[in-house]
Amino acid sequence: MATRKSPEQSNASKEELVRYYREMLLIRRFEEKAGQLYGMGLIGGFCHLYIGQEAVVVGLEAAAKEGDKRITSYRDHGHMLACGMDAKGVMAELTGREGGYSKGKGGSMHMFSKEKHFYGGHGIVGAQVPLGAGLAFADRYLGNDNVTFTYFGDGAANQGQVYEAYNMAKLWSLPVIFVIENNQYAMGTSVKRSTKSPSLWERGAAYGIKGESVDGMDVLAVKAAGEKAVAACRAGQGPYILEMMTYRYRGHSMSDPAKYRTREEVQRMRDEKDAIEHVRDLLIQGNLATDDDLKAIDKEIKAVVNEAADFAKESPEPALEELWTDIYA
Amino acid sequence: MATQVLMPALSPTMEEGTLAKWLVKEGDEGKSGQIIAEIETDKATMEFEAVDEGTVGKLLVAEGTAGVKVNTPIAVLVEEGESADEVQAPVPTQKEKQPEPAEASEGKAVDEPLVSSPGASVPGKRDRSPDWPEGTQMKSMTVREALREAMAEEMRGDEHVFLMGEEVGEYQGAYKISQGLLDEFGDRRVVDTPITEHGFAGIAVGAAFGGLRPIVEFMTFNFAMQAIDQIINSAAKTLYMSGGQMGCPIVFRGPNGAAARVGAQHSQDYAAWYAQIPGLKVVMPYSAADAKGLLKSAIRDPNPVIFLENEILYGRSFDVPVMDDFTIPFGKARIWREGTDVTIVSFGIGMTYALEAADKLADEGISAEVIDLRTLRPIDYDTVIESVKKTNRCITVEEGWPVGSIGNHLAATIMQQAFDWLDAPVLNLTGKDVPMPYAANLEKHALVTTAEVVEAAKSVCYR
Ligand SMILES: Cc1ncc(C[n+]2csc(CCOP(=O)(O)OP(=O)(O)O)c2C)c(N)n1
Ligand SMILES: [Mg+2]
Repeated sequence: MATRKSPEQSNASKEELVRYYREMLLIRRFEEKAGQLYGMGLIGGFCHLYIGQEAVVVGLEAAAKEGDKRITSYRDHGHMLACGMDAKGVMAELTGREGGYSKGKGGSMHMFSKEKHFYGGHGIVGAQVPLGAGLAFADRYLGNDNVTFTYFGDGAANQGQVYEAYNMAKLWSLPVIFVIENNQYAMGTSVKRSTKSPSLWERGAAYGIKGESVDGMDVLAVKAAGEKAVAACRAGQGPYILEMMTYRYRGHSMSDPAKYRTREEVQRMRDEKDAIEHVRDLLIQGNLATDDDLKAIDKEIKAVVNEAADFAKESPEPALEELWTDIYA
Repeated sequence: MATQVLMPALSPTMEEGTLAKWLVKEGDEGKSGQIIAEIETDKATMEFEAVDEGTVGKLLVAEGTAGVKVNTPIAVLVEEGESADEVQAPVPTQKEKQPEPAEASEGKAVDEPLVSSPGASVPGKRDRSPDWPEGTQMKSMTVREALREAMAEEMRGDEHVFLMGEEVGEYQGAYKISQGLLDEFGDRRVVDTPITEHGFAGIAVGAAFGGLRPIVEFMTFNFAMQAIDQIINSAAKTLYMSGGQMGCPIVFRGPNGAAARVGAQHSQDYAAWYAQIPGLKVVMPYSAADAKGLLKSAIRDPNPVIFLENEILYGRSFDVPVMDDFTIPFGKARIWREGTDVTIVSFGIGMTYALEAADKLADEGISAEVIDLRTLRPIDYDTVIESVKKTNRCITVEEGWPVGSIGNHLAATIMQQAFDWLDAPVLNLTGKDVPMPYAANLEKHALVTTAEVVEAAKSVCYR
């Protein structure tokens, strides 16, 4: 702990900081629980945890308004919780039950909520990027001022369709924010081993798209960058690229050989950069909250997550007829 | 020599047009490239340029004539000293009579196929030899080890062979098929790529054009959909399009089909998709021996080969012959079990259900013959037909979707070639016609099951 930087002054209000703390903690505890349920065999297949990256979605959601859309990859649990989807419904989808957001038919990687404008949950690396530009196309076409947050990884940033989408997004001034969640690894391949580009956001320049690199472990920095990007998009100056420098603490998915990075590297990020600890420090050292206040929040969150887990275990498996539904509208 | 100027086709679909206007008159000196007439079609008016030089001797078709067929002579150009009158104005020809179609099929023997399946059939005589000599020493190994050995042996044998794909090197393979290869062959020959399927598949196809023999590993075949244009339009068709000059010796391999609980976008069997493509060869092994022998053949094959593996089979062990150089030819099915009452045809992981079903059927007194196709392009039709002529009944088993399945194709072929031998309709057991659900209970039902195979076999035996 001693190595953590002392928190810089922030002019965020107590309410704001508490909200970020709570939202990030919910994601972390939820993911830890998901990991546990996976270990118990209640969750199957691929399950990609978001632990470490919480500040990215929480900060960007703080810059969003009702009507804004979001779309991401298979590493999607955090995005869903941050946009207000119900923890019970997400967890029950992880266990493949009727009470899940996709009635158990989608699983960890494929969940959607029309109500919360969450467009998935996509398993093919890079595929969601043109889709996100398409959501923005629809908004521009319809003449509203919504923006779409299109999240993808550093690995996905090498897929060709990303650049096809960039070109058209700029050509047509689409209100889309391309959020590169650069957690430094694509499975076992570090960014350095997949590209010679010095930075990923700068590639947008070739298409005339503005962007910047952001400390994705600092929720306030994320929010500030998000607000700037959102303002540009709402003013018709989209698209915009935000490269979030972040880190995943856990393996790529539940099976991960963990040989491509050192344990020390992970520990150093946890000790020095952890996004939740950062906000905790701001609250405590700014005398905005006491240890007891935060403990009370922890307890509350634990209860929400336990309730979600119970629901996900008790919800029945989908009826067999569900095999044949939802294939055509 | 006088030259005829013919009514041009100004678009690929034009058959006739109106000679709207002559821009030259008889006696004019013409240069090549000069516009000599305006021609109208139902779509557009176009200018028609002369290709040859010469004096306009005669205009054969008057301005304003409609319905002038393409290739009708419309003018005659003469050289100095020649007279146009010497040139016979040819009568505009009617459409040329098509030659009679070759021999009607009346005299054909009944059991010869009226419709052939040329692309997928095996040329030449059926290979009935055993896969390895009797008495060969055997060794048990997993499908994973067999695949790795096949690649390692071929890489040792031919410097042009290299492996490329996501996580094949430092990570040792997402499913550990390439474990140890980086250590042995170095990063010149074991190439880690970014997540860029369309790009690296294209680069590998180009490298094959350039004389190398790439093995492209797709982390799973689901991701090859990103690259399918380069596989089909670039790899499969180039030999043909180049008139046989430029082949593409390449292997695209990786796990195909459903794993377990990985949902709709990660669970799909592409066997029938690729088997449709002329120019590709398609292999889908079940056992470790086949995985090894067929992969070695695939790497040596001068054509693009789609090699469909299966994650669930990777860890299964089978006996593999211990031989210096063991290969299995394409287009040679394997009869896993001889029987007399019903033929079960399958391939890849479908064999698991086929063989289990055969055991269960035996308990009930039904003798099933189980055939593993092993390769889907070419397909060993003969072995299937011969078996059906013996058992008079056939069912097929595969994991893919029912519409346009391999089973459909076999049923059609059997109908054409062994109709009179059938005592029951051919039944196709397939995955259900739905995207793969995630929920455990639904996933089980989406896949083909042994119980369904047993049921189908009994029903064609009227039991
Ligand atoms: C087209 C495609 N290729 C390969 C994969 C297998 N795969 C799944 S996630 C992944 C790594 C992606 O890394 P990144 O984009 O950085 O996202 P992160 O997992 O770090 O969030 C790979 C190779 C896939 N799902 N889709
Ligand atoms: Mg990454």
